[in-house]
Amino acid sequence: MTMGATLAEKIIARASGRQQVAPGEIVTCTVDLAMMHDSGGPRRIEPLLERLGARVWDPDKVVVISDHYVPAVDAQSAAILDLTRRWVAENGIRHFYDMQGICHVVLPERGHLRPGMFVVGGDSHSPTGGAFGCFMFGVGATDMAGVLVSGETWIRVPATICIRVDGTFAPGVSAKDVVLHLCARLGMGGARYQAVEYTGSAIGTLPMAERMTLANMAAELGAQTGLIAADEVTADYIRASGGDPGDFTHWQGDADAGYRQVHDVNASALAPQVAAPHSPANAAPVNEYEGLRVDQAYIGACTGAKLEDLHMAAAVLRGRRVAENTRLLVAPASRLIAAAAAADGTLAALLEAGAVLMPSGCGACAGYGAGVLADGEVCISSTARNFKGRMGGRGSRVYLASPYTVAASAVAGAVADPRPLLGESA
Amino acid sequence: MMQSYGRAWVFGDDIDTDVLAPGLYMKGPLEELAAHCLEAVDPEFAAYVREGDVVVGGENFGIGSSREQAVQALQYLGVRLLVAKSFGGIFFRNALNFGIAALTCPDAGRIRPGDIIAADAAAGIVRNCSRNEDYAAEALPGRLLAMVQAGGLVPYLEKSGSAISGKDAET
Repeated sequence: MTMGATLAEKIIARASGRQQVAPGEIVTCTVDLAMMHDSGGPRRIEPLLERLGARVWDPDKVVVISDHYVPAVDAQSAAILDLTRRWVAENGIRHFYDMQGICHVVLPERGHLRPGMFVVGGDSHSPTGGAFGCFMFGVGATDMAGVLVSGETWIRVPATICIRVDGTFAPGVSAKDVVLHLCARLGMGGARYQAVEYTGSAIGTLPMAERMTLANMAAELGAQTGLIAADEVTADYIRASGGDPGDFTHWQGDADAGYRQVHDVNASALAPQVAAPHSPANAAPVNEYEGLRVDQAYIGACTGAKLEDLHMAAAVLRGRRVAENTRLLVAPASRLIAAAAAADGTLAALLEAGAVLMPSGCGACAGYGAGVLADGEVCISSTARNFKGRMGGRGSRVYLASPYTVAASAVAGAVADPRPLLGESA
Repeated sequence: MMQSYGRAWVFGDDIDTDVLAPGLYMKGPLEELAAHCLEAVDPEFAAYVREGDVVVGGENFGIGSSREQAVQALQYLGVRLLVAKSFGGIFFRNALNFGIAALTCPDAGRIRPGDIIAADAAAGIVRNCSRNEDYAAEALPGRLLAMVQAGGLVPYLEKSGSAISGKDAET
């Protein structure tokens, strides 16, 4: 009897037109959807396509989202956005979202993802799409150009690591804490070249935003992608976004699938995590860093500024004030999220607490947008990466944490445990 | 075929793409970005690296962003070969796409700064000419090797007019 297939193997087999694939094989896959942004997209693709004398293979399978240089802050970023808009128009790309938010959040928000799809994204946080039961991974601009002219790309079939999350999340503990804990436990190369599939009873209880955080940060484990098999929660989200979940029950790993490793996480026993500079793998329970002074608290990025993330921050900040000499910056991950947060009172709670509202885009996360740090400054951030110099000056220091912990730290002016601030009135 | 390269520049584990291509310089010209390549870990690298030199890493070299400027900056500065215990997945693809062989070599840690390096990407050998040692590396398969030899994905596509075929890549 042959061993069953993992979800990743099933999708790659379908995309490569094979009955089955085995880890390590190199196969050519047909790409269902290609997503790119203003930084790695048109400005870098255009000269390559011109050189090849080629056109986009299927403009309807391409989604372009401006998020890195929005809104333009100088002539250079304005020119990059201008080029992006012109290229999209000239190439007949209908799915263009200009200044609507961060690509990894906007893509599912507008109904483009369906379980079982094989998707490439021109950005390393592309595993986010795996939360919808897709195989989605990041590529560079040259790889993307190859996809755009042929509709295909090669892939080495990854082995799959299963992360089984059971138990119940305590108040003030979230998906971000799970994945930071995994970064410390497995290391940044812990899942190198592999696919990470999250399973277990706790995953089923999570909304899509939290599942996206888990899939997103599979990249920080070195994984090619992260995946979560679709369920009714996934299907409801896709329908509500105007998409079609298709036959999502088909896209599940087999019960006898061959996982390379299985790791168990007990959500009930998990404390809020904080990752010290300059690696997500430096994560430890929040009490290890408690009291460390912060200049800036940042709630932003694809990883940490979805509506549920803003709700977490608001739950901590409602009726409280950001500490003197600490600044709290909030950049909702998309325009629709900002609008929803305005409608449900979340934004008001954040602003009354002293938060500064930033544009919906990648912002300070990768040092491209407003809100970057000076040398010597300390920031606690709901983003995914704290590499040296990423958010500004080479001498700046970034601690990663959940929106709960970032908000609690903004109130304390120092790294703080959010749990004492939840469930009590200020 | 064994090919000669220059001197080794040796770095540790987890050299990320923000260190290779800092975000602050990403919207400017490549020459400006390249001047800051690796400066967070070695401020002298960009000024002193020469044509044909080799960058040697530990585990996870190039982890992080998909920005291929991380490869382009090294290439602009003259780096022609990458050797590491392991590479970040996207960076590995990007390096091959720009025609730079990225050789996964468990013994990369034996290479010292300034050692003169040669390599055979097809056979999977990294030669340390200064120490007279050969190290086993993962050979680049079939068409991926051809792509590197063509100078990268775009020149390869110009020549062949087709995408990299998985069938060919396995041979």
